[in-house]
Formats: sequence, structure tokens, C-alpha cells
Amino acid sequence: MKVALFIPCFIDAFYPEVGIATLELLERFGIDVDYPQEQTCCGQPMANSGAHADAAGAERVFARNFAGYDYIVGPSASCIHHVREHLTAIEQTDEVRKVRASAYELVEFLHDVVGAREFPWAEFPYRVGLHNSCSALRHLKEASMSEVAGQPFSKPRTLLEGVKGIEFVKPERADECCGFGGTFSVTEEPVSVRMGQDKVRDHLNAGAQYIVSGDMSCLMHQQGCAERMKADARFIHIAQVLNGARA
Amino acid sequence: MATREAFLARVREAQPAARPRPEVPLFSSIGGDLRARFTAALEMMGGTCVEAQAASGVTDLIHERFGAAVSIVSATREVPGTRVLTADTEPASLQDIDVGVVRGRFGVAETGSVWFSEREYVVNALGYIVQHLVVLLDPAQLVDGLQDVYRRDDFRDARYAVLVTGPSATADIEGVLIRGAQGVRSLTVVWLAANA
Amino acid sequence: MSRIDHAKAAGEFIKKTEHVAFHDRRLWDLRQKRDAQAHGIAEWETLRELASGIKEHTLSHLSEYLEQFAAAAEANGVVVHWAATAEEHNALVHKIMSERGMTTLVKSKSMLTDECRMREYLEPRGITVMETDLGERIQQLDHQDPSHMVVPAVHKLRADVAQLFGRTIGTDPHNSDIHYLAESQRMNTRPYFIREKTAGMTGCNFAVAETGTVVVCTNEGNADLSANVPPLHIASIGIEKLIPKVADLGVFIRMLSRSALGSPVTQYTSHFRAPRPGAEMHYILVDHGRSERLAMEDFWYSLKCIRCGACMNTCPVYRRSGGLSYGGTYSGPIGAIINPTVDLKRYSALPFASTLNGSCTNVCPVKINIHEQIYKWRTLIAERHEVPFVKQEVLKMAGRLLASPTLYRATVASMSGALRRLPNFVLYNPLNIWGRQRELPEPPKQTFHAWYKKNRGGGDGNA
Repeated sequence: MKVALFIPCFIDAFYPEVGIATLELLERFGIDVDYPQEQTCCGQPMANSGAHADAAGAERVFARNFAGYDYIVGPSASCIHHVREHLTAIEQTDEVRKVRASAYELVEFLHDVVGAREFPWAEFPYRVGLHNSCSALRHLKEASMSEVAGQPFSKPRTLLEGVKGIEFVKPERADECCGFGGTFSVTEEPVSVRMGQDKVRDHLNAGAQYIVSGDMSCLMHQQGCAERMKADARFIHIAQVLNGARA
Repeated sequence: MATREAFLARVREAQPAARPRPEVPLFSSIGGDLRARFTAALEMMGGTCVEAQAASGVTDLIHERFGAAVSIVSATREVPGTRVLTADTEPASLQDIDVGVVRGRFGVAETGSVWFSEREYVVNALGYIVQHLVVLLDPAQLVDGLQDVYRRDDFRDARYAVLVTGPSATADIEGVLIRGAQGVRSLTVVWLAANA
Repeated sequence: MSRIDHAKAAGEFIKKTEHVAFHDRRLWDLRQKRDAQAHGIAEWETLRELASGIKEHTLSHLSEYLEQFAAAAEANGVVVHWAATAEEHNALVHKIMSERGMTTLVKSKSMLTDECRMREYLEPRGITVMETDLGERIQQLDHQDPSHMVVPAVHKLRADVAQLFGRTIGTDPHNSDIHYLAESQRMNTRPYFIREKTAGMTGCNFAVAETGTVVVCTNEGNADLSANVPPLHIASIGIEKLIPKVADLGVFIRMLSRSALGSPVTQYTSHFRAPRPGAEMHYILVDHGRSERLAMEDFWYSLKCIRCGACMNTCPVYRRSGGLSYGGTYSGPIGAIINPTVDLKRYSALPFASTLNGSCTNVCPVKINIHEQIYKWRTLIAERHEVPFVKQEVLKMAGRLLASPTLYRATVASMSGALRRLPNFVLYNPLNIWGRQRELPEPPKQTFHAWYKKNRGGGDGNA
């Protein structure tokens, strides 16, 4: 299978270690991963601000860079959700449709396509608060959510259970939004911060030493709040944990 | 009527393309002990359930609970009141009555509700303007759930029909539960067969 | 009218630490109670699907159902009026009352009458309006809109109510015992139900076309008092309240209170079909922008709303901002998609007062796709150049930058410059806003792109 690595713009710029962990992790499963070097952004920042037409340029670059692959894997549920559901500012050719349908978030890809369950190289002996972003949870449906009745399940948790030493804590509001929300984090700063602080407090009260998530944007926001609060919480992306990071 | 025609024309023009009406199935009933389920549901909503062997027991119950000298208005043949009630009684005149007595037509196990219409109330305001309501209910007249209630014919002829579930309540101030918001302060269901 | 600044109002509410903590806890508790009910009914998701289907069917045949409803009501002896606008509604109420020499109106809760600003119309014309619902009464006395559809004064604490009642209805302003306050309102309101020259008014939760019945759900019993004591009952009915048959109530009544408060049913579910002998009943069917909304291909689904407030209870933004920060009769997620149809510019910030998390859509008993409509409103607002905090030019610039791999690479080239040179999405420096209460992330030594070029592939080592 031809697999391409999609590195969201803010991970490229601020959190390259998450991109590196993602690449290494895929390679550990014997996957030959291409990194199209001309990629820029999926178009989400413009589209979510309503500037649908202004997202076209970025979306065109995305479609061009990722044409011809069986799978496009990226460590960000919100970006993948945008590609699958909202990459509509450009003409919907067969090629564009295929690109959109082939986009996978990392956890989805590992869980559903690779069928990964064991991570023998990994060990993370900490109490972990697992944070599923609303994109991963409600839009990509990677886990059951408390407001919808049904059989409980969680793809991220299933993967992390393959890592030695992890203990999961139970926050009171495990699936309440943390308040990042893209430009919301700036345009509605008071509410965004309050939500982030509440989320950090909830995890700490449950005993978390680390907060782990598949979305670096949520973690960036929570970490920003936690550091200003002088709260003793550490943050790490799920790709890094699964790839064997020890801290 | 120009206004009505123009009004409807605007709506007609705006309507989206026709969507079909879904089939509403009858879901499987929970069944079980309807009386026990009713009692549990009503108690959760702040009502109480007691039993009486005969209609005379109801008057004793009222005196025990609310005092010997309370004023009573009864919409039932079985239990006497201290004041006469007819269909011509002014609703406002009941505002100083302590206890109202009424027989429900049937109860609902799912929710602890009792169904009344103007026939049961005689004067509709009786259910709300008195301080305390005593409801006679025949335990043989219980239906399983709300889905069953709304398939009954009783609504067809009733000018006014109501499902009453416990006493009046509010939690509008800091979520603290208050009984007796604008309506009755207490609701007591007395299990008593209709022809006891 | 000027644009509502939701973020600023929310910021003010958050500063009131006791208020926001209570508000958030109380509404989250309602959300959890709703969850317990939903999880306890095996057919819950099917009921949602049915409720949604019945509403969509009804709205697509609304004119026929309205005709059926009115014909049935008139055959029952009800007088039916048609109000295209809020002003027509208010004028009708005034006319009906003054023809009969009535000077007091006792009423139960109706969001529609709040929308129509009915009190502001009637009071200068000599009609005393008494809101009988405790929460609505509090808000009436305080000259504020209800802040929540079901619990209108949830943004207030007991001391606020004590002060307010002390100022207005003569209670002891220092006694904030809730039983005392509620009893005071009961005793203050009660005389109005029985006074002379008084009419009663209710809203309408469901209007059943088959029988001409108006269904009203309350916990206080104030709708039953308002309708059954005075000799005149007026029901104000938004046209979207129509449902086809009595049997359909078996779906909606099962869901309304469970979604709103997490209790199986309200204390009173009242069905008004025909006037009492010797009394009168009038219905006022109101459009007030609803037919306009019905014609909007993307947004007519908001007309399915049954006013349960579940979306407000689940919304993490609403719980921390309070309903008044939305500046309209409707607030929270449903307010964000309804209010812009009334005034796009005034309410243009509301669809951005959202993280698009989607839990509102999941709890809506009639499956309104709320978060998707919020997203669509953003696009519409941007097309009309009314995005309140972003210059259109800035978004164009960002779009162009991210459309060009070379330009983009040049921008993120320098490691320390990466942060500072990121596209400026907003009018003001986003880093200053971010940095008010949060630390900024550390700039990395190199971008992923540079790392890859260095460690995995050839190239010139540029970022």
C-alpha cells in the first residue's frame, strides 16, 4: 500500500517531534511512508473562519500533493476531519474525492487498517489522563461518548493499552471539550481559557501525571493554561507514547 | 380573510420539498408490576401513595394529614366536601380551599402520572388553586407508558385534559427544589377501586 | 442595532467566579440527568429519529397542517387569529383584551411572547402583565430577557433574587432562603389569577393538527391556573409547533422533559382543545420570520426545535458565558443558528462563539444538525463581510500564503521567526491575546520539514 505522511502546518512549525514520532511509528510497522515535500496546509484555518473560498488554494495544494496514495495519514483529527468533510472549496474531481476518502487520522489508521495492538518497544509508567479531541471523538467517532447511549469503546485507549506501565485515570468530565476550537482560542479567549483550566484541573484531580491526546492543538492549549496556572501536569502526543517515548 | 390567505400563501411558498411521515411503532412495554412502578415514579416526583379500604377512610386520611378543621372540596361522589361543588362554581371561589379531592381516570406506570379532564375535575381550577390535592385512583386503571396514553380515545372528547405528575414544583432559584410553586403544595394518590 | 460582543459579555460573567461556577455545575448536572434518562430507554435513538422525521414531514407540509389545525380549533369553538409579524401579534392581544375591558394578563412561559416583546407593547397601553413562572417573574422584575429557555434565571444566585425581590415586591432583601423567596413569589402572584378583568395566556409546546389541541408542559401548574381561572384563555403559537396527530405526542412528550431536565415528564402536561362552557379561547398563530427561515435550504431544520434547552446544558461555552451574553431571546447553540436570521450583523459573533465540538447535535431530541448549521453560518457571514474579528484581507492573505509551498516555506524558515511570522488571522496580535492567561509554546530548533530533509532525504537543508 502507498502511504503518504501529512504533517499539519502547526506541527511542522511548533511540534516537529510529533511528526517524527508519527513517521517512526508507521515505519516500525513496516510501512514505507512518503512525505510529499510541497505540502502546506489542509485549509482548515480559513474554512473554519467562514472564508471558504480562501481555503481553495491550500486545498488545491493538498489534493495535488496527496493524489495517488492509498492512505494519507496525519496526526491530527481536526485536520483529517476537515479533509474528509469540508475540503469542498475546489472542484470535486474523482481524484479529489479519492484523496478525501483516503485521509486517516493516525489512531484510526493504526487501529483499523494496520490492526496494531501491541507496542513492545514502548513503556510509559505513568498515570495518564486520556484526552480525546472533539474532532477525534464526535466527528471521527474514535470512541463512544457519554451523551450517546451505546456500547463503550475507545480506539485510542485500545492502542495505549498495548503500552507497558500505563495507568488510566478517570476525570469527572472525560469528554467535555477543552476549549481550543481553533481561532476560538483567541477570539473567545476568556471562555477558552476557562475551559482549558477546568480541563487541566479535572485531570489533575483525577490523579493524572500526563495528559495524552491525539491532537496537539488541544494539548498546546491545555499546556499553555497549565503552565500559567503553575499546575504540575505534563503533556505528550499519543504518537510519541506509542513510538516509545519514555517521558 | 385576507390576512389568513396571505399568511398561508407565504408558508406554502416557503415549504421545503415533501418529506414522508415516519411510521411510529409501538415499542415493547416494560410491563411488570404497574402499581409498584407507578408508586416509585410518583415518589420521585414528590407525590405520595397510600391505600384506603373505603371512601370513608379518605376523609380520615385528610384529617390526619391536614388537620381536623380543613376546608374540603370534592369532585367525587364518594368523598364528601365541606363546600358544595358544581359545574357552575366560580373557579376563583375555590382559592381559599385547603384540600381538593378528585378521582383520576387512569394512571401511567412509566411516569407516575394521573389523567384528568373537565369531567373528573368538574371545575378545572380545582386541580391547581387549592393547597393540597388528594387523588383517588383505581389500581386496575393503570397503563404502561406514555405511548399507550396517546393512543387512547379519551383525548377526543375532552375539552381540557391533563397528565398530573406529583405536586407543583420549581427549581428556578439555584436548582433548589420547591414544592408548591404556583399550584398545589402536595399530591397524595389514594389507591381505591372505583366501586369500593 | 450594534453587534453583540459575546466574548466581552462572557468575560464579564466569568469574572463572577461564584456565579459561573454554579451556572456551569447546575447545567452540567441537568446534562448528566438527561444522559441517565437517554441511556435508560432502549429505543432512545429511534425516538430521536422519529421525532426528527415527524417534524421534517410536518414542516414540509406546514400550510396544510396549519389549515387542518385552524379548522379543527374553530369547530371546537376556538377563535383563530393569524399574525404575520410580532407587531400584529401584540396588537391582537391588546385588541382581544380591550374589547372585553380586560386590564390584567396572567401568563405562563412563552419564548414567543418574549421574541415579540409583548410586555413592552402592552404595558404602556395600560395592561398589567404578570409572569407567573418563577424564573420568568424574576427576569421580568429585573428587566432582563430569560437567560435559559427552561430555567430563565439560572444565571442568578439566591442573594441576587433576594435583593431583587426586596427592591420590587417588598421582601426582606437580606433573607436569601430559597423557600422564603419562592413562597413570597407564590403569595405575590396568586391574587392575580383571581382578580377581575383578567385574561390568561399560555404559550404552546405542541399544536396538534388532528384535533386543534394546544399542549403546554410546565412544572409549576401556572399554565393550568392561567388558562382555567380567568374567563379568557389566549394561546400564542409559533407556527413551527405543529405536529400532525395526538398519537405523535407519545414520541414528543416522552422526550421533552427527559431532554430538558432529566425527569421523565413535567409535573403538568396540559391539553387544551375547547373552551370551558361560558369561557372563551383564542389562538394566535404567529409567523414572525418563521416562513422566511423555512425557505432557507441550509437552516430550516432549526424550526424542528421543541425548546428543551438540552443544547444549552451540554454546551461548554454557554455554561461558562451565561445566556444573556448572546443578546437575544434565544441563546446557546440554538440561539447561534436562529438569531442570525433575525439580524445577521447584530448576531454575527454568535456562530463563532463555538468550538464546533458537536455535543449539541448529539443531545438534540429532534436531531437538529446544530454544529453543522453553525459552520454554514460562518461561511454565510464571511460572504457578507460581517466576520466580526477578522479582516477579509487577512484571510485572503493567509489563503494565498498557504496556497504557495515556496511562500509558506520562506515564512516558517527561521526557527525563532516561525512564531512571529505565522499568518495574522485576526485584527489584533493573536499572540498577545493567547498570552494573557496562557504560556506560548517553545519555538523548536527546526521544523519537521527541515528535519526530514536533513535526516531522510536530500535537498538544500532549507526549512
